[in-house]
Amino acid sequence: MFDQLSDRLQATLSEVRSRGKLSEADVDGAMREIRLALLEADVNFKVVKSFTATLKERCLGADVLNSLDPGQQVVKIVNEELTGLMGGTGRELAFASSGPTVILMAGLQGSGKTTACAKLARHLRESGKKNVALAACDVYRPAAVDQLVTVGRRAGAHVYEKGTDADPVEIAGWALDRAREENRDVLIVDTAGRLHIDQDLMEELSKIRKRVKPHDVLLVVDAMTGQDAVGVAESFAEAAEFDGVVMTKLDGDARGGAALSVKAVTGKPILFASTGEKLEAFDRFHPDRMASRILGMGDVLSLIEKAEQQIDEKQALDLEQKMKSNNFTLEDFLQQLKQVRKMGPLSGLLGMLPGMGAMKQLKNADVDERELDRVEAIILSMTPEERANPGLIKGSRRKRIANGSGTKIQQVNQLVKQFDQMRKMMRHMASGKMPDPQQLAQITGAAPRPKIRRR
Amino acid sequence: MVERLEHEVEGGSVAADGEAVRARLIEILAEVAGTARAPIDLSGEPAVLLMVGVNGTGKTTTIGKIAWHLSKEFGLSVVLGAADTYRAAAAEQLAEWADRAGAELVRSAEGGDPGAVAFDAIAAARARGADVVIVDTAGRLHTQSNLMDELAKVRRVIAKQMPGAPHETLLSIDATTGQNGLRQAKIFAEAAEVDGVVLTKLDGTAKGGIVLAIAAELEIPVKLIGTGEQLEDLRPFDPTDFANALLAE
Repeated sequence: MFDQLSDRLQATLSEVRSRGKLSEADVDGAMREIRLALLEADVNFKVVKSFTATLKERCLGADVLNSLDPGQQVVKIVNEELTGLMGGTGRELAFASSGPTVILMAGLQGSGKTTACAKLARHLRESGKKNVALAACDVYRPAAVDQLVTVGRRAGAHVYEKGTDADPVEIAGWALDRAREENRDVLIVDTAGRLHIDQDLMEELSKIRKRVKPHDVLLVVDAMTGQDAVGVAESFAEAAEFDGVVMTKLDGDARGGAALSVKAVTGKPILFASTGEKLEAFDRFHPDRMASRILGMGDVLSLIEKAEQQIDEKQALDLEQKMKSNNFTLEDFLQQLKQVRKMGPLSGLLGMLPGMGAMKQLKNADVDERELDRVEAIILSMTPEERANPGLIKGSRRKRIANGSGTKIQQVNQLVKQFDQMRKMMRHMASGKMPDPQQLAQITGAAPRPKIRRR
Repeated sequence: MVERLEHEVEGGSVAADGEAVRARLIEILAEVAGTARAPIDLSGEPAVLLMVGVNGTGKTTTIGKIAWHLSKEFGLSVVLGAADTYRAAAAEQLAEWADRAGAELVRSAEGGDPGAVAFDAIAAARARGADVVIVDTAGRLHTQSNLMDELAKVRRVIAKQMPGAPHETLLSIDATTGQNGLRQAKIFAEAAEVDGVVLTKLDGTAKGGIVLAIAAELEIPVKLIGTGEQLEDLRPFDPTDFANALLAE
């Protein structure tokens, strides 16, 4: 997501940063490139025009051009403006002071509303709102109610439904009454996908809104939507007065222009980002962090958050001990691997590291998750004794492990060998020395450099 | 296309007035949109259609519409294969469409193997002497290489079972999709040898212009268009109508 825009903006800005002083012509040139980059990213042309105009005005200010480091100033301004474009520092969901908080979900057909409802339910439960319910108001799409019931259950939420014969407005009202009676913390109302130009359905949405008086109305937008996103958002804003946007399918490689245009045009921020089909692939959207990532400055905050979610402090301390006293086993390694993998696909994590933009090769290297699957499978096929003492693994044991994990004997050998190297390196580092490049190369499988014989 | 038009106006083959230029532009657009134009191949016995595409583009609904048209207009018997074994209630959704279209449904339990469902659907069609099999697949982002591999595998299963099948692989593209549509088509074509595009949700305000790029650069024609959520809302693609709609206010 945003890869192309990111590359181009970073290239332009690195050019700007490399110059000592900036002339007006330099700024003009940079603005032109930024304008082109945004247009090619499917950002609405009206938005691009006003964005670059604001940027230019700020960048041509005397405080920038005369400063000691104008290039850096420009980068700072672009970062601030890009952040503002996507929603400032991010608004929160509004919660009810008493009774259930009602959240209404709306959007075009296929945008991902039903999945988003379940994900939001799970997200809210994780952050403390234990009692979440869903209302199934899509009576048109075949099996929509069944879908919500199934995913709702997975998310740990109760689903209020009346099949497909009742009127959506009635169902919404009834669900709210039940939610109040049953003391739910949150009621998320799923609705049918509808065209912003369908008067009847937009009126229905309006009626549902009046009936349940939501604290938050969220517009669900597919991240790969092109120029049409703006028209859709404007129409929904008029009919449903939504408060924020949920951007879905952000794990694709769409240029992302819709995301950048919607807030600019409607004034409503992107509140959540959905980044995959699993229920856990759902986060609060942080415009400042996203702007940072697009500009290659990484998103260390998100990386830390994800890590904190997975890592138990006590476990971490225990692990440190084990590594120091050379008791680090394949079992420990497996646990570490699982924890890292729970943080999400590695390619996504790489994008959160600052400066990744510059390291193009690493970014494009398709991190082969399958390799990690293989490693996990091999270790899982070992007995606890074998994991504690890989030296045991010879002959028939090797064959058994290979068969059990669906891998070749050479792959099992390679893992054991690499693990051994890794332990040697840990011992080395534990005694306060720097890691030996030779050893590192052997572990990562990089081409080993020739050993230099010292005379 | 714009270059070509400029060239023609400068060269004098098109009069330099608004009306003439507009008319010629429509012709050029229609020509590009009609690149590699071909009908849907229903010659197989049974004819096997495979439906693929990104999540939410309208695959299942389109299958319902196609099945209905085939049975109502051509009197053909249709079997639907619910090979989307991932999405919650996907088989139930297709079952509803099968009911409406008067087609038979073959499904498995959720989480089953998509290739196996495709296999069973074709086997069932052969056993009953049905005319057409349409296989639904799970929506998937083209950026998920493991899922694209899975799609290629489903295709192989079908081809092994019946040489020449699937006879028609259709990619659904949502008309609201921006530039990303070209990327989608390219990668899906690599994994599944797409024969044609179904351009869906044209009843909205989006015009689906990206199909011009898909036709011109990948030589994959649009064969059908979806214009709503009802069974009847399916039409064959007409390049001139499409070109006119692109330029309409």
